[in-house]
Amino acid sequence: MDKVIGKAVTRVEDMRLLTGQGKYIDDIGTPSQTFQAAILRSSSPHAKIVSIDTAEAEKMAGVKAVITGEQVKEYLEPFSVGVSAPVQYYPIAIDKVRYVGEPVAVVIAKSRYIAEDAMELIKVKYETLPPVVDIEGSLEKDAPVLHENVGSNIANHRTFNYGEVDQAFEEADAIIKHKYLFPKYTATPVETYGIIAHYESSEKQYTVHANFHGPFVIQAIMAQALKIPSNKLRIIVPKDIGGSYGIKAGTFPYMVLLSVASRIAGCPVKWIEDRQEHLSASSSGTDRVTYIEAAVKKDGKVTGLRMKMIDNVGAYIRAPEPACLYRTHANSTGAYDIPNLHIDAYAIMTNKLPTGLIRGYGGQELYFPLERIMQKIAFELNLDPADVIRRNLIQKDQFPYKTASGGLYDSGDYIKGFELALETGKYEEFRKKQEEARKDGKIFGVGLACIVEPSGSNMGYITVALTPEERAKSLPKSGCSEAATVSMDPMGSVNVRISTTPSGQGHETVAAQIVSEVLSIPSDKIKVVAELDTSTSAWSIASGSYSSRFASLGSSAVFYAANKVKEKLMKIASHQLNVDESELELRNGAFYVKSDPAKKYALKRAAGSAHWNPLSLPEGMEPGIYETYYYSIKAAEPPDENDLINSSVTYGFVADLVTVEIDPETGEINILDYITIHDAGKLLNPLIVDGQIFGGLAHGLGGALFEELVYDNKGQLLTGSFMDYLCPTAPEIPNVTIKHIETPSPMTPLGAKGLGEGNTMSAPVAVANAVSDALSPYNVAIDTLPLSPNRIWTLLNEAKENNHKEVTI
Amino acid sequence: MSLTEVNVTINGKSYSEWVEPRMLLSDFIRETCGLTGTHVGCEHGVCGACTINMDGLAVRSCLIFAVQADNCEITTVEGLACSGELTALQKNFIECHGLQCGFCTAGILMSITDFLEKNPQPSVKEIKETLSGHLCRCTGYEGIVKAVEKTVQDNNKEVLQRS
Ligand code: FES
Ligand code: FES
Repeated sequence: MDKVIGKAVTRVEDMRLLTGQGKYIDDIGTPSQTFQAAILRSSSPHAKIVSIDTAEAEKMAGVKAVITGEQVKEYLEPFSVGVSAPVQYYPIAIDKVRYVGEPVAVVIAKSRYIAEDAMELIKVKYETLPPVVDIEGSLEKDAPVLHENVGSNIANHRTFNYGEVDQAFEEADAIIKHKYLFPKYTATPVETYGIIAHYESSEKQYTVHANFHGPFVIQAIMAQALKIPSNKLRIIVPKDIGGSYGIKAGTFPYMVLLSVASRIAGCPVKWIEDRQEHLSASSSGTDRVTYIEAAVKKDGKVTGLRMKMIDNVGAYIRAPEPACLYRTHANSTGAYDIPNLHIDAYAIMTNKLPTGLIRGYGGQELYFPLERIMQKIAFELNLDPADVIRRNLIQKDQFPYKTASGGLYDSGDYIKGFELALETGKYEEFRKKQEEARKDGKIFGVGLACIVEPSGSNMGYITVALTPEERAKSLPKSGCSEAATVSMDPMGSVNVRISTTPSGQGHETVAAQIVSEVLSIPSDKIKVVAELDTSTSAWSIASGSYSSRFASLGSSAVFYAANKVKEKLMKIASHQLNVDESELELRNGAFYVKSDPAKKYALKRAAGSAHWNPLSLPEGMEPGIYETYYYSIKAAEPPDENDLINSSVTYGFVADLVTVEIDPETGEINILDYITIHDAGKLLNPLIVDGQIFGGLAHGLGGALFEELVYDNKGQLLTGSFMDYLCPTAPEIPNVTIKHIETPSPMTPLGAKGLGEGNTMSAPVAVANAVSDALSPYNVAIDTLPLSPNRIWTLLNEAKENNHKEVTI
Repeated sequence: MSLTEVNVTINGKSYSEWVEPRMLLSDFIRETCGLTGTHVGCEHGVCGACTINMDGLAVRSCLIFAVQADNCEITTVEGLACSGELTALQKNFIECHGLQCGFCTAGILMSITDFLEKNPQPSVKEIKETLSGHLCRCTGYEGIVKAVEKTVQDNNKEVLQRS
């Protein structure tokens, strides 16, 4: 049996997906008498609800129920969230609306068509209130307050001091600082949210089918909101999810809303979100203002960093926020050896769509200011940006490297990765070309970015939002558990059950590869079951598909579960053959006696005897072959009393080099080449790896150039359809070169680290650096995104008019 | 609302149904006929997920009413593979990792199948331009473009061999 882990095998998922036989949420069928839901949403960003008149709508033929916040509230408590600010978040507006798109009423009808007709007959009277949309505006003294009982718009505020920050700044040769704004953008999977909820009064149980992919800690949050024991909330996730990139963690408020709607209407209820709803009211990335200051030595060595980060979590803070602030806490200093760090972290609320997980979560918001300031250091000190990066990168012999904020970078060779990027992108040559081009009035630029890609979140990190004293009042949280089950049936066929709720990442394929290698069975003989059912699957709070956790955690759980099966089968074989286990080796589906290869015992037979003839098993052994393994990593410890936290379990590395040409007439950016070097430890399936990287990069380029959820200053969303919210399509993707180096992680049994989010984190700033580099003769600095031709053209022209004065946001 | 009769052939099978005149063709295919391989991603004509072939033309079924398809011949993704044998394009999607979540895939297969029938020798630029009518948020399009390019090459080889 050949080694299959690490091979670029094609995917087992493809056959069904290519022939229209995928089973997504909208394809799985519904219980009989299921009604369809449509949701009436707020058109006002901030208003008191004076009255809701549903009489007309209720009278319409085919309408089963019209449900408002007042009715829903009876069955709910506000969702709990990991901050101490007493924000009351329900899945539907109760007495006030706080963003455009907030649910106001739910119509349950025979068909979606009728439900939408009826929706138009609902009359809502609003008393409008002044909105606040600007991040810093929300902190002003006279700013409108969204949640009166909170008293301000601040949902969370923490400060952190690591090392000797003040001293570093006192002793610095230069202090380089700037303010950056990372905008609000989103993920837009092609499949929107979908939910089928069913309340059974006899059991007092909610069963919810949804394209929700965890983290399953949210199951507990939902059950608590529904005021029921958690085993009365059964969540079933279909095996196919049409993409997520994090955003489908945000289905949870709708799962709860539809659950209650089913209970009130007395029938199963189905809701498929439409695209306008998705853009205005699902979830989104977090926009952030960062004030960053670096203490720098003459040679470009950074000795200290200060960052004031203000995250806009939208109208309500909800799980997993304020995690955007803290997911990258351990890697706040990126790929650099910076021992002194000060962070002032705010999560504030404005009249915009509430935020949540999105590919790269926290990474793009962190690296945008960090990598921009690295370039600014070079510009201001007249150094080559590549040299500034070199001078600061963590050296190979420093691994495992402890970061200022408590991170433990498991492995890496950053210099090697970075030099490979420079070499592949022909950095020196490009610099010469750039000089020549400038003489001809052409605008060329090169951008660099080095980032650390965290994966496998430590469930303890979110508690950093609380002070050590607040944390001490409740039980500590830690770990990153994932579970998998490997079983063999009486005929010796293998089933693998995973709880990683894939949305296109090919987990079925990779799980089959791993089990195939461990049990030495061809992978096409292995069936992987990806549906997750909280009532019957093995799962834990960290289960699900987020923070690139499959390669580091999901795959490890599968690996150990398969090994448990192997050990049991080996015991059976050794018992039957009457030889010591150490005498046996497994290959080609059988245990062979090393010293006498003629003697063997087939795997299938060993499995068979565990079912058909349990009395033949070794003394005390359980019948059957069904092994579950719960995997976690020790390094995922809770934060300590000094707020040191290792927020992720593995840390990959990405070095990007991007070259651009800008059209001086139109401001359009043409990406000439995008080079990206990845170190994700041992690669489990290179075909899938590169597919993930490409997808993440396309999303990152979207963030750099096109994508933004734009609100006007009155709080109205201006990008409510795919006509206005622009995602990159095939012609917009530039030439991309991906290269890998592999420094295996010592943390995971297979040496793998997570990947797929790296370029979503790096591309926005890599492109911004390239554009800033290109425009440096005009003294134009990029401090926000996306870099639309419009924005570039305006910056260029303002710069020309202002006679080369620096233009900033 | 009054109902109208619609007679269509989908993947060689005829369907005769009474529908509301406002029913979208995408809903008709998925809900009335139970062919869930065609997906809906935006219902406003941008994402391309709902693309089907109607009377020899790749069209977006979310922009058409079911009643407009009366007496038409439709092919959906379910009708591409012939008795279990995948088309060259489908096979190359596997080979080149042209899909991840697969939600955009049906629409892309329908567009490209039609495109290659009419343009058997497209340039990479033309391939990308055709794909610009489709959103894929998983793949970054790399695998998709490769799969189409490979299909063109395979077809060329076949033509050469035959001549
Ligand atoms: S669903 Fe028809 S184009 Fe998007
Ligand atoms: S494969 Fe997921 S959207 Fe294209």
